[in-house]
Amino acid sequence: MRNLFKIAIRNLRRYKRRTLLTASLIAIGVIFVLVFVSVSGSFKNMIISQITGSMLGDMEIHRKGYVASIDNLPLTLMLNSQQVEKAEGAIKKIPEIEAYSPRIKFGGLFSNFVETTNIRLNGVYPDMEMKTLPLLASRIIEGEKAIKKGEIIIPELLARGMKVKVGDMVVVIATNKDGSVNGKQLKVGGILESATGPGGRDGYLHLEDTVEILRMEEQEISEIAIKLYDFGKLNKVANRLDADLGKYMNKQDKPIFEVHTWETLSPFYNIARMIDMMTLFIKIMLIAIVLISIMNVMIMAVYERIREIGTIAAIGTLPGKILSMFVMEGFSLGVLGAVVGNVIGVVIVYVLDLAKITFDFGRQTGLVLSPTLQVSDILVVSIIVIIVAVLGSLQPALKASRMEPIVALRHV
Amino acid sequence: MGLIVAENITKDYQIGEVTVRALKGASFDIEPSSFVSFVGPSGSGKTTLLNLIGCLDKPSAGRLLVAGMDVSSFGKRDSAIFRGKNIGFIFQDFNLIPVLTVFENIEYPLLMVQNASPGERKKRVMSLLDAVGMTEQKDKYPDQISGGQKQRVAVARALVTNPKLVLADEPTANLDHKTAYMVIELMKRMRNDFQTTFIFSTHDQKIVGEAEILYVLEDGELVSKHMKGGENHA
Repeated sequence: MRNLFKIAIRNLRRYKRRTLLTASLIAIGVIFVLVFVSVSGSFKNMIISQITGSMLGDMEIHRKGYVASIDNLPLTLMLNSQQVEKAEGAIKKIPEIEAYSPRIKFGGLFSNFVETTNIRLNGVYPDMEMKTLPLLASRIIEGEKAIKKGEIIIPELLARGMKVKVGDMVVVIATNKDGSVNGKQLKVGGILESATGPGGRDGYLHLEDTVEILRMEEQEISEIAIKLYDFGKLNKVANRLDADLGKYMNKQDKPIFEVHTWETLSPFYNIARMIDMMTLFIKIMLIAIVLISIMNVMIMAVYERIREIGTIAAIGTLPGKILSMFVMEGFSLGVLGAVVGNVIGVVIVYVLDLAKITFDFGRQTGLVLSPTLQVSDILVVSIIVIIVAVLGSLQPALKASRMEPIVALRHV
Repeated sequence: MGLIVAENITKDYQIGEVTVRALKGASFDIEPSSFVSFVGPSGSGKTTLLNLIGCLDKPSAGRLLVAGMDVSSFGKRDSAIFRGKNIGFIFQDFNLIPVLTVFENIEYPLLMVQNASPGERKKRVMSLLDAVGMTEQKDKYPDQISGGQKQRVAVARALVTNPKLVLADEPTANLDHKTAYMVIELMKRMRNDFQTTFIFSTHDQKIVGEAEILYVLEDGELVSKHMKGGENHA
């Protein structure tokens, strides 16, 4: 193997310019993929962490049928206290869950005593919500970064439109599930930065205030948001939770609960999928670049060395060894291109990270792009390049190994 | 029994719709340790005959035994194994591998064909480098040495595996007369030192006389056999 490698390297050095050009082409492909993967991945992860860390949570538990009607924030599809107890029991059994937060979501009217408009609100236990949404506090751009009893945190667009400031008194009016209307005067405790996605323009208030506004005799919950220690275990935990809660049936023998990850709750998931799809296409382009350039260079190498192939075959080199010689050459070329591309790609990504490039997404402005590369990204790209390089050299290598020595020796 | 026994071998080539008979029923017997030359003008069938003996091609008819084996029945892989074990080749254009040094070119058959141990390879290559007088050039690449030196390296490469037979097709065609003579002398000396049978083809009348046994080919037929200092057969 060492000798095959030595011969391959020397043959690559023999045609320096061609080797350099082919390796450069592969390296450019690798650089392009790595930069794209890191930048798009950074964008995707940033938005996902915004969505899960400041609005949705990593996943949510609802009463069956709630999500289908989520736009209406139905108060008739809530989880009662026994059901919440069951859900909490299941949550506490899963060590991967870091925090959870029960919420009452409802729509109401918001009045500054001069004007009235509609508002979507989340009634939460502040401590639980802040633990479940660690980025929520950073969205409170004015006022104390807390949700206190008797106070309301309102979205900035609403505050601007209604000319409401922190400390102003406002009234929230809502209809409960029985149809009776109630209102409560609250102090504006903070202004919340708008965010793109579901819940991005919702206000917050204490859950006990919500119970009062909705005149709940027994506390009911719209959803339970969940945060995991490791976001990578999202599907595993969702499946387990789904299985654990799936055993609870209602009187009609239908499941009581439904578990949704952020993917089914946020339309950004489609953008994330599109980014993944684009990454896949970029990788396919890389495969095409490597395949065509390696095949081209190896076909030329075989053609130029026909007499040499005839000589080594005449001497008694077995076809398999001739095949290995050329495959090793393609492999070495792939490794060279991958190494050069990885080194330059990592440097470019590092420079981009240092450059602190900012961008806007929806209502969010000044988001800082911080592209990073995972070792797995580098490994995947390298493995793709090397495998494709070997595959690309296989056909020319097979041709070389199948040559009749007498024909090859006659070649001029 | 001779090292090579050819009984009425013929070789036909199909060129389009025309069948060309390159060899017409050649029969001969070559003993071990002989120094044999096939001579004749271009197109007389010398290279065809050497290709058949070297298991690079198969006869269309007749029987050809090399080292006791009927080589006409070999498949591609068997032929390669047989060549690697029993036959050394010297080519008109030297055919050294350009990316390997002189040492590595000679070492190649031991390394890539016979899988010899590093110690054995070094011992054998150094001994042959010494025998062909190329020790000082061992680290040079083929493009750094002269044509005569290249052919000396080719001789060493052909002998490094201790083959029973070395085939040289026009080994002096690309050399000046003085160098050609030296290469033939070297081959003869190697035959004496290693007891290997040397068969070479040539149409160079000046070196024909160096062969101990001379077969003359004309239009694919063996027309005569001459033995140095001995009897001649028509």
